[in-house]
Amino acid sequence: MSTEVKEVVEVIKEPSEPLFSKKNRTLLTDPLDDSNPITVQVLGICSALAITVQVKQAVVMSISVLAVMIGGNLIISLLRNTIPSRIRIIVQLVVVASLVILVDQVLKAYVYDVSKALSVFVGLIITNCIIMGRLEAFALANKPWPSILDAIGNAAGYAWILIAVAVVRELLGSGTLMGFTIIPSAVFDFGYMNNNLMILPPMALITVGVIIWVQRSRNTKLFEEH
Amino acid sequence: MAIDKESQGFTFLFSIIMVVVVATVLSLAAMGLKGPQDENMKQEKMQNILGSLQIEVSREEARLTFGDFVKKRLILNYKGEVTSESEGAIKSLAADGKAAFEADAFNLDIKKQFRDKSKPDSERRYPLFICEKEGSKYYVIPLIGTGLWGPIWGFVALEGDMNTVFGATFDHKTETPGLGAEINQGWFENPFIGDKIFDESGEFVSIKVIKGGTTPDNLHGVDAITGGTITSNGVSSMLENTLKVYVPYFKNNSDIASI
Repeated sequence: MSTEVKEVVEVIKEPSEPLFSKKNRTLLTDPLDDSNPITVQVLGICSALAITVQVKQAVVMSISVLAVMIGGNLIISLLRNTIPSRIRIIVQLVVVASLVILVDQVLKAYVYDVSKALSVFVGLIITNCIIMGRLEAFALANKPWPSILDAIGNAAGYAWILIAVAVVRELLGSGTLMGFTIIPSAVFDFGYMNNNLMILPPMALITVGVIIWVQRSRNTKLFEEH
Repeated sequence: MAIDKESQGFTFLFSIIMVVVVATVLSLAAMGLKGPQDENMKQEKMQNILGSLQIEVSREEARLTFGDFVKKRLILNYKGEVTSESEGAIKSLAADGKAAFEADAFNLDIKKQFRDKSKPDSERRYPLFICEKEGSKYYVIPLIGTGLWGPIWGFVALEGDMNTVFGATFDHKTETPGLGAEINQGWFENPFIGDKIFDESGEFVSIKVIKGGTTPDNLHGVDAITGGTITSNGVSSMLENTLKVYVPYFKNNSDIASI
Protein backbone atom coordinates (compact mmCIF):
# COMPACT_ATOMS: atom_id res chain seq x y z
CA MET A 1 0.00 0.00 0.00
CA SER A 2 2.75 2.36 0.88
CA THR A 3 4.27 2.00 -2.56
CA GLU A 4 1.10 3.24 -4.20
CA VAL A 5 1.11 6.41 -2.13
CA LYS A 6 4.74 7.00 -2.99
CA GLU A 7 4.16 6.66 -6.70
CA VAL A 8 1.35 9.20 -6.63
CA VAL A 9 3.61 11.72 -4.93
CA GLU A 10 6.28 11.16 -7.52
CA VAL A 11 3.95 11.68 -10.42
CA ILE A 12 2.86 15.03 -9.05
CA LYS A 13 6.30 16.50 -8.50
CA GLU A 14 7.99 14.95 -11.50
CA PRO A 15 7.41 17.43 -14.33
CA SER A 16 8.75 20.66 -12.87
CA GLU A 17 11.43 19.70 -10.40
CA PRO A 18 14.72 21.50 -11.20
CA LEU A 19 17.98 19.67 -10.44
CA PHE A 20 18.83 21.93 -7.53
CA SER A 21 15.42 22.81 -6.21
CA LYS A 22 15.14 24.08 -2.65
CA LYS A 23 14.13 20.61 -1.54
CA ASN A 24 17.12 19.03 -3.24
CA ARG A 25 19.45 21.61 -1.75
CA THR A 26 18.31 20.75 1.75
CA LEU A 27 19.28 17.14 1.00
CA LEU A 28 22.83 18.42 0.69
CA THR A 29 22.88 20.92 3.53
CA ASP A 30 20.73 19.25 6.18
CA PRO A 31 23.17 16.45 7.02
CA LEU A 32 25.92 19.01 7.56
CA ASP A 33 24.21 20.40 10.63
CA ASP A 34 20.54 19.77 11.49
CA SER A 35 20.60 16.04 10.84
CA ASN A 36 24.30 15.32 10.92
CA PRO A 37 24.85 11.57 10.79
CA ILE A 38 27.43 11.55 13.57
CA THR A 39 26.42 14.27 15.99
CA VAL A 40 22.63 14.15 15.65
CA GLN A 41 21.79 10.67 14.40
CA VAL A 42 24.80 9.21 16.25
CA LEU A 43 25.64 6.77 13.43
CA GLY A 44 29.09 5.79 12.22
CA ILE A 45 30.63 6.51 15.62
CA CYS A 46 32.93 3.49 15.47
CA SER A 47 34.96 4.74 12.53
CA ALA A 48 34.90 8.27 13.95
CA LEU A 49 36.73 6.90 16.97
CA ALA A 50 39.06 4.56 15.14
CA ILE A 51 40.56 6.58 12.31
CA THR A 52 40.72 10.12 13.62
CA VAL A 53 44.25 9.84 14.96
CA GLN A 54 45.64 11.35 11.76
CA VAL A 55 44.03 13.84 9.38
CA LYS A 56 45.23 12.02 6.28
CA GLN A 57 43.45 8.81 7.24
CA ALA A 58 40.30 10.75 8.01
CA VAL A 59 40.39 12.43 4.59
CA VAL A 60 40.90 9.20 2.64
CA MET A 61 38.27 7.45 4.73
CA SER A 62 35.82 10.25 3.97
CA ILE A 63 36.48 9.99 0.25
CA SER A 64 36.04 6.22 0.32
CA VAL A 65 32.78 6.53 2.24
CA LEU A 66 31.61 9.14 -0.27
CA ALA A 67 32.32 6.78 -3.17
CA VAL A 68 30.61 3.80 -1.55
CA MET A 69 27.66 5.89 -0.47
CA ILE A 70 27.01 7.43 -3.88
CA GLY A 71 27.33 4.03 -5.53
CA GLY A 72 25.13 2.31 -2.96
CA ASN A 73 22.43 4.96 -2.91
CA LEU A 74 22.34 5.06 -6.71
CA ILE A 75 22.11 1.29 -7.18
CA ILE A 76 19.49 0.80 -4.46
CA SER A 77 17.50 3.74 -5.77
CA LEU A 78 17.52 2.33 -9.31
CA LEU A 79 16.43 -1.09 -8.03
CA ARG A 80 13.97 0.26 -5.47
CA ASN A 81 10.89 -0.96 -7.34
CA THR A 82 12.35 -4.40 -7.98
CA ILE A 83 13.84 -5.36 -4.62
CA PRO A 84 11.55 -7.75 -2.73
CA SER A 85 10.97 -6.06 0.61
CA ARG A 86 11.55 -9.23 2.60
CA ILE A 87 15.18 -9.47 1.53
CA ARG A 88 15.90 -5.76 1.16
CA ILE A 89 18.40 -5.59 4.06
CA ILE A 90 20.38 -8.49 2.58
CA VAL A 91 20.35 -6.80 -0.83
CA GLN A 92 21.60 -3.57 0.73
CA LEU A 93 24.33 -5.42 2.57
CA VAL A 94 25.45 -7.22 -0.59
CA VAL A 95 25.55 -3.96 -2.57
CA VAL A 96 27.56 -2.15 0.11
CA ALA A 97 29.93 -5.05 0.68
CA SER A 98 30.63 -5.44 -3.05
CA LEU A 99 31.26 -1.74 -3.47
CA VAL A 100 33.63 -1.71 -0.52
CA ILE A 101 35.56 -4.66 -1.91
CA LEU A 102 35.78 -2.88 -5.27
CA VAL A 103 37.06 0.31 -3.61
CA ASP A 104 39.59 -1.72 -1.62
CA GLN A 105 40.84 -3.54 -4.74
CA VAL A 106 41.14 -0.31 -6.73
CA LEU A 107 43.01 1.41 -3.90
CA LYS A 108 45.39 -1.57 -3.66
CA ALA A 109 46.09 -1.49 -7.37
CA TYR A 110 46.46 2.21 -8.02
CA VAL A 111 47.09 4.05 -4.73
CA TYR A 112 48.88 1.33 -2.83
CA ASP A 113 50.37 3.62 -0.21
CA VAL A 114 47.02 5.09 0.75
CA SER A 115 45.50 1.64 0.87
CA LYS A 116 48.24 0.59 3.26
CA ALA A 117 47.61 3.59 5.49
CA LEU A 118 43.91 2.77 5.71
CA SER A 119 44.48 -0.97 6.11
CA VAL A 120 41.50 -2.53 7.88
CA PHE A 121 39.41 0.60 7.92
CA VAL A 122 38.39 0.25 4.29
CA GLY A 123 36.79 -3.08 5.11
CA LEU A 124 35.09 -1.46 8.07
CA ILE A 125 33.15 0.85 5.74
CA ILE A 126 30.82 -2.12 5.29
CA THR A 127 29.80 -1.83 8.91
CA ASN A 128 29.39 1.93 8.75
CA CYS A 129 25.82 2.42 9.95
CA ILE A 130 25.41 5.66 8.01
CA ILE A 131 25.53 3.87 4.67
CA MET A 132 22.99 1.19 5.53
CA GLY A 133 20.92 3.82 7.29
CA ARG A 134 20.72 6.03 4.21
CA LEU A 135 20.00 3.10 1.90
CA GLU A 136 17.14 1.95 4.07
CA ALA A 137 15.78 5.36 5.00
CA PHE A 138 16.24 7.27 1.77
CA ALA A 139 17.41 5.47 -1.37
CA LEU A 140 14.78 2.76 -1.07
CA ALA A 141 12.02 5.36 -1.37
CA ASN A 142 13.49 8.04 -3.59
CA LYS A 143 14.58 8.58 -7.17
CA PRO A 144 18.23 8.31 -8.21
CA TRP A 145 19.10 12.02 -8.39
CA PRO A 146 17.85 12.96 -4.90
CA SER A 147 19.52 9.78 -3.63
CA ILE A 148 22.87 10.89 -5.02
CA LEU A 149 22.46 14.31 -3.39
CA ASP A 150 21.50 12.65 -0.13
CA ALA A 151 24.62 10.46 -0.35
CA ILE A 152 26.87 13.45 -0.98
CA GLY A 153 25.23 15.43 1.82
CA ASN A 154 25.56 12.67 4.38
CA ALA A 155 29.09 11.76 3.36
CA ALA A 156 30.03 15.44 3.71
CA GLY A 157 28.34 15.64 7.09
CA TYR A 158 30.32 12.57 8.15
CA ALA A 159 33.53 13.93 6.63
CA TRP A 160 33.62 17.30 8.35
CA ILE A 161 33.12 15.82 11.80
CA LEU A 162 35.77 13.20 11.09
CA ILE A 163 38.27 15.77 9.88
CA ALA A 164 37.49 18.19 12.71
CA VAL A 165 38.10 15.48 15.29
CA ALA A 166 41.24 14.33 13.47
CA VAL A 167 42.66 17.87 13.41
CA VAL A 168 42.21 18.23 17.17
CA ARG A 169 43.63 14.80 17.89
CA GLU A 170 46.60 14.96 15.54
CA LEU A 171 47.54 18.51 16.56
CA LEU A 172 47.39 17.89 20.31
CA GLY A 173 48.41 14.23 20.21
CA SER A 174 51.32 14.31 17.77
CA GLY A 175 51.93 18.03 17.11
CA THR A 176 51.44 17.51 13.37
CA LEU A 177 48.79 17.99 10.68
CA MET A 178 48.67 15.76 7.60
CA GLY A 179 52.03 14.48 8.84
CA PHE A 180 53.70 17.91 8.80
CA THR A 181 55.05 19.25 12.06
CA ILE A 182 53.01 22.22 13.19
CA ILE A 183 54.10 22.82 16.74
CA PRO A 184 57.69 24.15 16.63
CA SER A 185 60.34 22.38 18.64
CA ALA A 186 60.94 25.62 20.59
CA VAL A 187 57.59 25.08 22.30
CA PHE A 188 58.70 21.63 23.39
CA ASP A 189 61.84 23.19 24.91
CA PHE A 190 59.57 25.14 27.25
CA GLY A 191 58.19 21.91 28.60
CA TYR A 192 55.20 21.43 26.29
CA MET A 193 54.42 17.80 25.64
CA ASN A 194 52.22 15.93 23.17
CA ASN A 195 49.16 14.63 24.91
CA ASN A 196 49.28 10.86 24.49
CA LEU A 197 45.71 10.56 25.72
CA MET A 198 44.63 12.30 22.50
CA ILE A 199 45.86 9.32 20.47
CA LEU A 200 43.68 6.92 22.44
CA PRO A 201 40.03 6.30 21.45
CA PRO A 202 38.42 7.87 24.57
CA MET A 203 39.56 11.33 23.49
CA ALA A 204 37.79 10.90 20.15
CA LEU A 205 34.59 10.25 22.05
CA ILE A 206 35.15 13.31 24.21
CA THR A 207 36.01 15.46 21.17
CA VAL A 208 32.85 14.32 19.39
CA GLY A 209 30.97 15.06 22.61
CA VAL A 210 32.33 18.60 22.68
CA ILE A 211 31.27 19.12 19.05
CA ILE A 212 27.77 17.87 19.88
CA TRP A 213 27.66 20.20 22.90
CA VAL A 214 28.69 23.23 20.83
CA GLN A 215 26.25 22.31 18.07
CA ARG A 216 23.33 21.78 20.41
CA SER A 217 23.89 25.01 22.25
CA ARG A 218 23.82 27.14 19.12
CA ASN A 219 21.41 25.29 16.81
CA THR A 220 17.90 26.15 18.06
CA LYS A 221 16.31 23.30 16.08
CA LEU A 222 18.12 20.78 18.22
CA PHE A 223 16.91 22.13 21.58
CA GLU A 224 15.06 19.43 23.41
CA GLU A 225 12.03 20.18 25.57
CA HIS A 226 11.81 18.35 28.85
CA MET B 1 3.62 -6.12 -14.82
CA ALA B 2 2.44 -9.58 -14.13
CA ILE B 3 5.23 -10.38 -11.70
CA ASP B 4 4.37 -10.16 -8.04
CA LYS B 5 7.56 -8.88 -6.53
CA GLU B 6 6.67 -10.08 -3.06
CA SER B 7 6.18 -13.68 -4.23
CA GLN B 8 8.41 -16.49 -3.10
CA GLY B 9 9.55 -17.24 -6.64
CA PHE B 10 10.54 -13.69 -7.46
CA THR B 11 12.50 -13.39 -4.24
CA PHE B 12 14.52 -16.47 -5.15
CA LEU B 13 15.00 -15.29 -8.72
CA PHE B 14 16.13 -11.88 -7.52
CA SER B 15 18.63 -13.38 -5.08
CA ILE B 16 20.05 -15.74 -7.68
CA ILE B 17 20.52 -12.99 -10.25
CA MET B 18 22.02 -10.68 -7.64
CA VAL B 19 24.55 -13.25 -6.46
CA VAL B 20 25.62 -14.12 -10.00
CA VAL B 21 25.99 -10.47 -11.01
CA VAL B 22 27.93 -9.55 -7.88
CA ALA B 23 30.19 -12.59 -8.14
CA THR B 24 30.94 -11.84 -11.79
CA VAL B 25 31.72 -8.19 -11.15
CA LEU B 26 33.95 -8.93 -8.17
CA SER B 27 35.88 -11.73 -9.84
CA LEU B 28 36.42 -9.63 -12.96
CA ALA B 29 37.70 -6.78 -10.79
CA ALA B 30 39.96 -9.09 -8.80
CA MET B 31 41.40 -10.67 -11.95
CA GLY B 32 41.77 -7.39 -13.77
CA LEU B 33 43.54 -5.69 -10.89
CA LYS B 34 45.75 -8.60 -9.84
CA GLY B 35 48.63 -7.57 -12.08
CA PRO B 36 49.14 -4.07 -10.68
CA GLN B 37 48.51 -5.33 -7.14
CA ASP B 38 51.15 -8.05 -7.29
CA GLU B 39 53.56 -5.61 -8.88
CA ASN B 40 52.95 -3.17 -6.01
CA MET B 41 53.68 -5.84 -3.45
CA LYS B 42 56.83 -6.93 -5.24
CA GLN B 43 58.04 -3.35 -5.42
CA GLU B 44 57.26 -2.83 -1.77
CA LYS B 45 59.30 -5.88 -0.85
CA MET B 46 62.22 -4.51 -2.86
CA GLN B 47 61.76 -1.13 -1.20
CA ASN B 48 61.83 -2.77 2.24
CA ILE B 49 64.95 -4.79 1.45
CA LEU B 50 66.72 -1.67 0.22
CA GLY B 51 65.37 0.19 3.27
CA SER B 52 67.13 -2.25 5.58
CA LEU B 53 70.34 -1.37 3.72
CA GLN B 54 69.66 2.29 4.58
CA ILE B 55 68.77 3.12 1.01
CA GLU B 56 65.68 5.30 0.98
CA VAL B 57 63.93 5.08 -2.37
CA SER B 58 60.39 5.30 -3.62
CA ARG B 59 58.64 2.12 -4.69
CA GLU B 60 59.18 2.97 -8.34
CA GLU B 61 62.93 3.56 -7.88
CA ALA B 62 63.21 0.39 -5.81
CA ARG B 63 62.29 -1.66 -8.85
CA LEU B 64 65.00 0.01 -10.93
CA THR B 65 67.84 -0.03 -8.42
CA PHE B 66 67.15 -3.36 -6.70
CA GLY B 67 69.58 -5.29 -8.88
CA ASP B 68 72.38 -2.79 -8.26
CA PHE B 69 72.51 -3.65 -4.57
CA VAL B 70 71.12 -7.14 -4.18
CA LYS B 71 73.70 -9.37 -5.82
CA LYS B 72 72.72 -12.92 -4.88
CA ARG B 73 69.52 -14.49 -3.67
CA LEU B 74 70.08 -17.73 -1.76
CA ILE B 75 67.75 -20.35 -0.44
CA LEU B 76 69.06 -22.17 2.62
CA ASN B 77 67.96 -25.39 4.29
CA TYR B 78 67.80 -25.96 8.04
CA LYS B 79 71.46 -27.04 8.16
CA GLY B 80 72.49 -23.72 6.68
CA GLU B 81 73.42 -25.21 3.31
CA VAL B 82 72.65 -23.31 0.14
CA THR B 83 70.11 -25.22 -1.93
CA SER B 84 69.68 -22.73 -4.73
CA GLU B 85 71.14 -19.47 -5.88
CA SER B 86 69.71 -16.81 -8.20
CA GLU B 87 71.19 -13.70 -9.71
CA GLY B 88 70.06 -10.95 -12.02
CA ALA B 89 66.43 -10.15 -12.70
CA ILE B 90 63.72 -11.53 -10.42
CA LYS B 91 62.31 -14.70 -11.94
CA SER B 92 58.64 -14.58 -12.75
CA LEU B 93 56.25 -17.47 -13.05
CA ALA B 94 55.09 -16.42 -16.50
CA ALA B 95 58.47 -15.76 -18.12
CA ASP B 96 60.83 -18.26 -16.50
CA GLY B 97 58.67 -21.24 -15.61
CA LYS B 98 57.81 -22.86 -12.30
CA ALA B 99 61.20 -24.36 -11.48
CA ALA B 100 63.13 -21.10 -11.89
CA PHE B 101 60.36 -19.16 -10.11
CA GLU B 102 60.52 -21.42 -7.07
CA ALA B 103 64.29 -21.47 -6.99
CA ASP B 104 64.39 -17.70 -6.65
CA ALA B 105 64.61 -16.73 -2.97
CA PHE B 106 62.72 -13.53 -3.70
CA ASN B 107 59.59 -15.52 -4.47
CA LEU B 108 59.81 -17.76 -1.43
CA ASP B 109 56.80 -17.34 0.82
CA ILE B 110 58.43 -17.29 4.24
CA LYS B 111 55.09 -17.34 5.99
CA LYS B 112 54.70 -20.96 4.91
CA GLN B 113 58.23 -21.84 5.92
CA PHE B 114 57.82 -20.61 9.48
CA ARG B 115 54.14 -21.15 10.19
CA ASP B 116 53.39 -24.51 8.61
CA LYS B 117 53.58 -26.82 11.62
CA SER B 118 53.19 -30.00 9.57
CA LYS B 119 56.35 -29.33 7.61
CA PRO B 120 59.38 -31.28 8.86
CA ASP B 121 62.47 -29.16 9.56
CA SER B 122 64.35 -30.82 6.72
CA GLU B 123 61.87 -29.41 4.20
CA ARG B 124 61.91 -25.84 5.41
CA ARG B 125 63.69 -23.33 3.21
CA TYR B 126 64.87 -19.89 4.19
CA PRO B 127 65.77 -17.00 1.88
CA LEU B 128 68.90 -14.91 2.30
CA PHE B 129 69.86 -11.90 0.21
CA ILE B 130 73.52 -11.10 -0.26
CA CYS B 131 73.89 -7.41 -1.00
CA GLU B 132 76.64 -5.01 -1.79
CA LYS B 133 76.68 -1.32 -1.00
CA GLU B 134 79.70 0.96 -1.42
CA GLY B 135 82.02 -2.04 -1.64
CA SER B 136 80.87 -3.73 1.56
CA LYS B 137 78.95 -6.95 1.81
CA TYR B 138 75.67 -7.22 3.68
CA TYR B 139 73.29 -10.05 4.46
CA VAL B 140 69.57 -9.23 4.40
CA ILE B 141 67.20 -11.57 6.23
CA PRO B 142 63.42 -11.39 5.91
CA LEU B 143 61.55 -11.60 9.20
CA ILE B 144 58.03 -12.67 10.01
CA GLY B 145 56.15 -12.72 13.28
CA THR B 146 52.98 -11.88 15.12
CA GLY B 147 52.00 -8.58 16.67
CA LEU B 148 48.93 -7.76 18.73
CA TRP B 149 46.26 -7.87 16.04
CA GLY B 150 47.90 -9.52 13.08
CA PRO B 151 51.13 -10.32 11.28
CA ILE B 152 54.24 -8.19 11.52
CA TRP B 153 57.25 -8.54 9.27
CA GLY B 154 60.48 -6.86 8.39
CA PHE B 155 63.99 -7.11 7.03
CA VAL B 156 67.25 -6.94 8.93
CA ALA B 157 70.58 -6.26 7.23
CA LEU B 158 73.69 -7.66 8.88
CA GLU B 159 77.18 -6.41 8.16
CA GLY B 160 79.89 -8.58 6.63
CA ASP B 161 80.71 -10.04 10.07
CA MET B 162 77.20 -11.62 10.08
CA ASN B 163 76.73 -10.22 13.55
CA THR B 164 76.36 -6.44 13.60
CA VAL B 165 73.01 -5.00 12.47
CA PHE B 166 73.45 -2.51 9.65
CA GLY B 167 69.79 -1.62 9.41
CA ALA B 168 66.32 -2.93 10.10
CA THR B 169 62.87 -2.19 8.74
CA PHE B 170 59.61 -3.41 10.19
CA ASP B 171 56.05 -3.27 9.04
CA HIS B 172 52.70 -4.52 10.18
CA LYS B 173 49.22 -5.13 8.92
CA THR B 174 46.89 -3.97 11.65
CA GLU B 175 48.79 -2.79 14.73
CA THR B 176 47.25 0.01 16.80
CA PRO B 177 47.89 3.41 15.16
CA GLY B 178 50.10 5.58 17.34
CA LEU B 179 51.20 2.65 19.48
CA GLY B 180 52.21 -0.71 18.02
CA ALA B 181 51.99 0.72 14.50
CA GLU B 182 55.02 2.86 15.32
CA ILE B 183 57.33 -0.12 14.68
CA ASN B 184 57.61 1.02 11.06
CA GLN B 185 58.90 4.43 12.12
CA GLY B 186 62.55 5.44 12.04
CA TRP B 187 62.75 6.22 15.76
CA PHE B 188 62.00 2.59 16.54
CA GLU B 189 64.05 1.05 13.72
CA ASN B 190 67.21 3.14 13.99
CA PRO B 191 68.30 2.02 17.50
CA PHE B 192 68.78 -1.49 16.06
CA ILE B 193 71.75 -0.23 14.06
CA GLY B 194 75.04 -1.36 15.57
CA ASP B 195 73.44 -3.98 17.81
CA LYS B 196 74.80 -7.51 17.66
CA ILE B 197 72.97 -10.82 17.42
CA PHE B 198 75.81 -12.93 18.89
CA ASP B 199 77.42 -12.31 22.27
CA GLU B 200 81.19 -12.21 22.90
CA SER B 201 81.43 -15.97 23.26
CA GLY B 202 79.73 -16.51 19.90
CA GLU B 203 76.40 -17.63 21.33
CA PHE B 204 73.26 -16.54 19.49
CA VAL B 205 71.35 -14.12 21.75
CA SER B 206 69.24 -12.15 19.23
CA ILE B 207 68.12 -8.59 20.01
CA LYS B 208 65.45 -7.95 22.60
CA VAL B 209 62.94 -5.12 22.63
CA ILE B 210 63.08 -4.09 26.28
CA LYS B 211 60.15 -2.62 28.16
CA GLY B 212 61.20 0.29 30.30
CA GLY B 213 64.16 1.09 28.07
CA THR B 214 67.64 -0.27 27.54
CA THR B 215 71.04 1.09 28.40
CA PRO B 216 73.16 2.64 25.62
CA ASP B 217 75.93 0.05 26.09
CA ASN B 218 73.56 -2.92 25.73
CA LEU B 219 74.32 -4.36 22.31
CA HIS B 220 71.43 -6.82 22.42
CA GLY B 221 68.51 -4.59 23.29
CA VAL B 222 66.48 -1.60 22.08
CA ASP B 223 63.73 0.50 23.66
CA ALA B 224 60.18 -0.85 23.50
CA ILE B 225 57.16 1.27 22.59
CA THR B 226 55.16 2.64 25.51
CA GLY B 227 51.62 1.32 25.21
CA GLY B 228 52.69 -1.12 22.52
CA THR B 229 54.00 -3.89 24.76
CA ILE B 230 52.54 -6.84 22.88
CA THR B 231 53.72 -5.55 19.51
CA SER B 232 57.16 -4.88 21.01
CA ASN B 233 57.33 -8.39 22.42
CA GLY B 234 56.20 -9.63 19.00
CA VAL B 235 59.21 -7.92 17.42
CA SER B 236 61.48 -9.56 20.00
CA SER B 237 60.24 -13.05 19.35
CA MET B 238 60.12 -12.43 15.60
CA LEU B 239 63.83 -11.53 15.64
CA GLU B 240 64.70 -14.49 17.82
CA ASN B 241 62.67 -17.08 15.90
CA THR B 242 63.62 -15.92 12.45
CA LEU B 243 67.29 -15.18 12.97
CA LYS B 244 67.91 -18.42 14.82
CA VAL B 245 67.39 -20.54 11.69
CA TYR B 246 70.25 -18.69 9.97
CA VAL B 247 72.72 -19.42 12.77
CA PRO B 248 74.01 -22.65 11.14
CA TYR B 249 74.73 -20.78 7.92
CA PHE B 250 76.56 -18.03 9.79
CA LYS B 251 78.57 -20.56 11.80
CA ASN B 252 79.50 -22.44 8.62
CA ASN B 253 80.57 -19.32 6.81
CA SER B 254 82.43 -17.22 9.33
CA ASP B 255 84.38 -17.47 12.53
CA ILE B 256 81.96 -15.59 14.70
CA ALA B 257 83.52 -16.92 17.86
CA SER B 258 86.49 -14.69 17.27
CA ILE B 259 84.43 -11.49 17.13
